[in-house]
Amino acid sequence: MARKGLQSLIRLARYTFMRAVAIFFALVVGIFLTIVIANMGGYVDKIKKAQVEESISMSVFTNPAYKNLTTEEKRELIDKLVALELERLGLDKPFIRLDRNFLRSRAFRYLIDALTLNFGFAEHIHSTSGSKRVWIIIKERLPYSVLLFTSANLIVFFTSIYVALVLSRRYGSIWDRLSVSLAPLSTAPPWFYGVILILIFAASLRLLPFGGFVSIPPPKSPFAYALSVILHMILPLSAWFISGIFASVYSWRTFFLIYSSEDYVEMARAKGVPGRELERRYILRPTLPPIITSLALMLISAWMGAIITESVFKWPGLGTLYMEAINSFDTPVIVGLTMIYAYLLGITVFVLDFVYALVDPRIKVGGGSAT
Amino acid sequence: MKRLWETLQELTRFKSALVGLGILAFIVALAIYTVIAIPYGEAVRLWRGGEDVWRYNPVNAKPAWISYFTPRKLPQTRVLRSEEHAQMEEETVGKTSRKVTITYQFRYTADLPPSELALVYKPVFKKKSPLVSVTWVTPDGREYTFGRITVKSVSVHGRYWYSVSRDQKLVQLFGTQNVEEGLFCRADDPKRVQKGDHRVVITAYLFEPDASIETELVLYGTVHGLAGTDHLRRDIMVGLLWGTPVALSFGLAASLGTMITSVIIAALGAWFGGFVDSLIQRLTEIRMIIPTLPILIMVGMFFSKSIWVILATLLVLNIIESSVKNYRAIFLQEKNAPYIEAARSYGAGHMRIIFRYLIPRVIPWLIPSFVLAVPSYVFLEAALAVLGLGDPVLPTWGKVLSDAYGRGALFQGHYYWVLEPAFMLMVTGFGFTMIGHALDRIFNPRLREI
Repeated sequence: MARKGLQSLIRLARYTFMRAVAIFFALVVGIFLTIVIANMGGYVDKIKKAQVEESISMSVFTNPAYKNLTTEEKRELIDKLVALELERLGLDKPFIRLDRNFLRSRAFRYLIDALTLNFGFAEHIHSTSGSKRVWIIIKERLPYSVLLFTSANLIVFFTSIYVALVLSRRYGSIWDRLSVSLAPLSTAPPWFYGVILILIFAASLRLLPFGGFVSIPPPKSPFAYALSVILHMILPLSAWFISGIFASVYSWRTFFLIYSSEDYVEMARAKGVPGRELERRYILRPTLPPIITSLALMLISAWMGAIITESVFKWPGLGTLYMEAINSFDTPVIVGLTMIYAYLLGITVFVLDFVYALVDPRIKVGGGSAT
Repeated sequence: MKRLWETLQELTRFKSALVGLGILAFIVALAIYTVIAIPYGEAVRLWRGGEDVWRYNPVNAKPAWISYFTPRKLPQTRVLRSEEHAQMEEETVGKTSRKVTITYQFRYTADLPPSELALVYKPVFKKKSPLVSVTWVTPDGREYTFGRITVKSVSVHGRYWYSVSRDQKLVQLFGTQNVEEGLFCRADDPKRVQKGDHRVVITAYLFEPDASIETELVLYGTVHGLAGTDHLRRDIMVGLLWGTPVALSFGLAASLGTMITSVIIAALGAWFGGFVDSLIQRLTEIRMIIPTLPILIMVGMFFSKSIWVILATLLVLNIIESSVKNYRAIFLQEKNAPYIEAARSYGAGHMRIIFRYLIPRVIPWLIPSFVLAVPSYVFLEAALAVLGLGDPVLPTWGKVLSDAYGRGALFQGHYYWVLEPAFMLMVTGFGFTMIGHALDRIFNPRLREI
């Protein structure tokens, strides 16, 4: 028994490792493509050049050794140093080289920069700590996005599974029919409901805040602070919930209905297995892998929807940062954020693959063939 | 063709599909009507034309039908021309100068003061510009004299706009009240409109023998047209109408293009198997990690905000899409079906089998998902507009929504401005989704049983 457990653990580890490698490969290719797309107009090059010029002129003007030079001489020196540095960085050569010099091309260098989260410096935006490094700015905003959208997605996910199970038990009832006819409500994305909810509850009724994370100035006591945050979360969460729940319930209900008409379920029912257990062991258990796949897809699309939902609610996460970056034309931040989204997608896919492995019997137990 | 007819007939069994078809028919009719009634160039002129086109519209006016839901009578915009609505008197002063007196007499019965007041002078002169001044007599006999200016710079179309609402003297005189309230409300109750006859006397001195002057008194209303106006005095109706063909063509093109490419890719992978298949599988995984919206944002920022560029980018990104996996699974099942074997045995080529036998078999699965995907692209366009990356030329629903949002329509209570484009988006989304759900139930045999 113990040996079997160990075996399945090894299988799990091997599977996870293989998936990690595959996803890392996909991530590298994805980020590389992003860089190529971003650099088609030469924008990344422009950022790099500007940064080189800035840092060199700063160092020349502040260096005491060059104090006695005239401004013209300093300019000349700067130009020379910049040219040297550009040559070192390969900015004087084409962006991509598809020969054995690929490793020395800029495309590859940018890829390494992106993979090591070295996104450079923002042009206008800075973090609350005052830093202009894109990674620090992003790191500061990331938790807000994760907080809002993880909770939003989990609420939608578990509510819809539960409601769908209940509805599939009462097939054809008035609630069931109501849920079917409400399904088209999920056509509209969360940001759309966000606008409508703000209109009703913030603008018209003045019950809830328009947006933001906490009221200004932030309350002093931790309790009041938490309360304020929760008040600010109600509308974005509801927008997400309304947009997600109806389609989710509808598709799960259909899904469970299909599975509960399988022969082995009928058989168990005939044997007199009680309703709850029937659901848990005969309907939920075999359908877990597809359920998790759909959770994965939901989370992935959530990262995208989050951009606009956040900016509608001025939630201080990555989405609002995107909006700010677009409005102030802050290219490094935009490119950095795009990469971060690629990372988030990669991580989401990986984590869900891992969970998938945990629940998929073909990976957990047994040998090569699915039994 | 016969199959299509049968499907349509079957669709009519579903009440929701009937509603959806009705909505779709309405949207399509509206789109066709728009393209014919307001040709592209005209729409762009109406939307991007500049001040001249919109000058006679009020700022942020509500739609006119709102008056049916309120007991109060809301004012419409009135343009009083001196040729029609006023009496003109002329007398000679000195040698060459003349004094022209233009007397307007009009009755004001609305329950709200106008949203803005302006005087338009249309002078004709060579060198010496006319001198004008205005006397406004309210129904209760108060008299205000203001606006003593020389009509010098004449803008396009020979008009000189004088904003009564911003007249320094009146603004100072009325203090906390705005000028419209000051002139149109009762002296004892500054919130209630004094109904009755106003008299506005414009005195103009012309210093040249051939000089002449005509005037227009513009009382801007608080309601305008079917959809109201925005912060630039533009008629929102233009945006709503033109948004329809744009949204339809964007949604349909994106959905159709995505479906066609991903089906073909999936079929190729499933049919040829081996290297091709695993390459496509890996590409699908990579595609999952490329963030669509951020890439579209980058394209919008760096290259072009044109809706067609965005559409093209989207289609390129979607060549390999996550639905490739689903289609592939279906094709793998179909691949071993006897009819495919039969085709093989009579010597059909790869392409013939793929396009004549494999792909037609999955059309029942494709149609519902195609219809269901349309709204998501319609909303995607709106989302990009809300982020400030809307098409720079075309009026779209997303642009209207984004203007409204960006101009604080919610804070200022201009709800109609947000609700109108939102309503169009929602109705379109609903129409497609209702049809899609019904089609799903018709074509999907497993759903049919339950």
